[in-house]
Amino acid sequence: MDSLMIYIYQVAFSFSILVLISLGLALIFGMMKVINLAQGEFLMLGAYFCVLFSNMGLPLWITVPLAGLAVGAFGVVVERTVIQFLYGRVLDTLLATWGISLFMIGIITTIAGPQSHSVSVDVGRISVGGLAVPGYSAIIIAGAVVMLAGTYAIWRYTNLGLIVRGTMQNPEMSRALGTNTSLIYMFTFGFGSALTGLAGALLVPLFGASPTMGALYISKAFIAVISGGPWPLIGTISASGLYGGIDGVISYLYSPVLGEICVLLVAIGMLRLLPEGITGHMRKGI
Amino acid sequence: MKLSRRQFTKLASGGLAFASLQGTLSSAGIASEAPIKIGNILDQTGGLNIYSLKQMKAVAMAVDEINAAGGLVGRPLELIFYDAQSSNQLYSQYATQALLRDEVDTIHGGVTSSSREVIRPIVQRFESLYFYNSLYEGGVCDRRHVSTGMVPGQQLDALCPYVVNERGGKKGYILAADYNYGHITSRWLQKYIRDLGGEDLAVEFIPLDVSNFSSVIARIQDAKPDVVWSALVGAAHMSFYRQFHSTIGTDQMMLAGTTYSIGREQVELSPEEGEGIILATSFYDGLDTPAANDFVRRFHEYTGETDYIGEYGESGYRGIALWAEAVRRAGNAEPDAVIEALGGTSVEGAGGLYTIDGQTNHTIMNIHVAVQNDKQEFDAIKTFEQRQPVDTQLVCNLNENPNDTTQYEVQLD
Repeated sequence: MDSLMIYIYQVAFSFSILVLISLGLALIFGMMKVINLAQGEFLMLGAYFCVLFSNMGLPLWITVPLAGLAVGAFGVVVERTVIQFLYGRVLDTLLATWGISLFMIGIITTIAGPQSHSVSVDVGRISVGGLAVPGYSAIIIAGAVVMLAGTYAIWRYTNLGLIVRGTMQNPEMSRALGTNTSLIYMFTFGFGSALTGLAGALLVPLFGASPTMGALYISKAFIAVISGGPWPLIGTISASGLYGGIDGVISYLYSPVLGEICVLLVAIGMLRLLPEGITGHMRKGI
Repeated sequence: MKLSRRQFTKLASGGLAFASLQGTLSSAGIASEAPIKIGNILDQTGGLNIYSLKQMKAVAMAVDEINAAGGLVGRPLELIFYDAQSSNQLYSQYATQALLRDEVDTIHGGVTSSSREVIRPIVQRFESLYFYNSLYEGGVCDRRHVSTGMVPGQQLDALCPYVVNERGGKKGYILAADYNYGHITSRWLQKYIRDLGGEDLAVEFIPLDVSNFSSVIARIQDAKPDVVWSALVGAAHMSFYRQFHSTIGTDQMMLAGTTYSIGREQVELSPEEGEGIILATSFYDGLDTPAANDFVRRFHEYTGETDYIGEYGESGYRGIALWAEAVRRAGNAEPDAVIEALGGTSVEGAGGLYTIDGQTNHTIMNIHVAVQNDKQEFDAIKTFEQRQPVDTQLVCNLNENPNDTTQYEVQLD
């Protein structure tokens, strides 16, 4: 029973981390087909905003959403100034966002220095199956669930969500029906950026903030999103569940190295068997 | 003025080197003698620059102080700085450039073991002299290479007896970065722990990009060791200390680090996260000796900075001081003459007496065991006087084999 609890915790934690780092990318890459190589740096920016706001004395439950909003606003600026001119031009987007990522690393290093920063949140320890785990893990898991549920609710139950999904499926038709698709693209990019910034801020107390931290997460996020396939929410949940499950169990049983190796092997196998991703054959979804 | 392309690049790179260290070469005009040139290659930019920024300034300060005191063997010193940008390819390029085009008399620098292994063969080829001012895994046997930092045989020889015997850390759990430093250091840890009658429950190697330690910490809690030994390296591994604090904590289990503080971890972690971590080092700012206090004061005055300097900073100063003393003993700066004078060269430095061991070209030094307090500083526990680089001495004898250039891996039974 004890060890079952530990496995459940390990899997839930790995799953939540994957959801956090890949949900924003799933919207931007999965829905909008924009390969944003600066995604890791958006995460980093969220982390730095969190450090900045915390240093101003704000409590964590305010700094995290605030950091998300700030990165969302930054995403809107990037979309208006760079990305909107490059829709459909994959290679150009790749190059431009790579440039943005280098620029952001440089700026943050210049302003905040190369060393890492952290925010210390003392929420105590929780006992899971006889092991002490950080109380903060519960916040991470809750944060991932809230982000998934919130995105689902907006996409599924609001008019805006309907228009966004329609625009992503068929921009010409949406325009013909009177939608300002340019604004919708801007909103979606900003929303994806905000989710990424939110994730970066949530992860600070565990992983800290450093200028080059984006590189640690970007590949995992892309693997999860590509395996997930065209439907961002279901895709993210299923891919994060699959890889989080493998990583959680194997890392705990053997080592983090073997956990990552297994995730990569499964990802290669998945892409061979389901090149369109897990949700590639679904006609309907979200 | 008409510039050839070669003249232009020469001027431009000189300008760059100067601009990057402005205010550091202030005391010119010692003599009309041709200067002795020192090439310093470090990472001013890129992912590894946290290890280099203080060292660059400490090297410049040492050179400036020597110049202010009238130079070396009647000649002024000229420092040429090269920013390798955390790239081994640039280390190779700049080492060649320093020796071939700029004709430096010695090269100082390099941070990682891989950068050192890039520089060494180039220094061999041009028959020059190289000072590697960093702690590392030990075993390099090369008369053109001088190591001024700690090796495991010095550091662990002090740290392990304190943790195992005096603090009762019999059962150890070892976490090490997954490359040659971590692998070799973990083997030394196992040897010392076993020799002291302790037990190594497990050794785990962690890739440099792993920052999620939840499974590792769960396994540590299963194994219930007395002490966790960390030979972790780099920014991602910093999160281990955070996650250890939020699960187990140093009040429940000891945590001893072989690399802790060299990347200024104690300043970057919160005071609670770092409190209680045990380390052994050849220098830390809080070392309360007149020499250490004086060094810290001069460094702060020289740079205008007031933050933590640490071992990587001080070892840059140490390298220049030892090289300069060897030059004085040799009477000139010719690499081969200086190499002859290396053995027994000794300077009184910030961390204590430093003496080059002629058998290995490694440095005999004091090792200080310290524990972090609740103010992001280190409290002295005890000092182990004049530790020999015993690990490298086991495998290396430059007096008998002067042409040796191998890095030996110490085999443990």
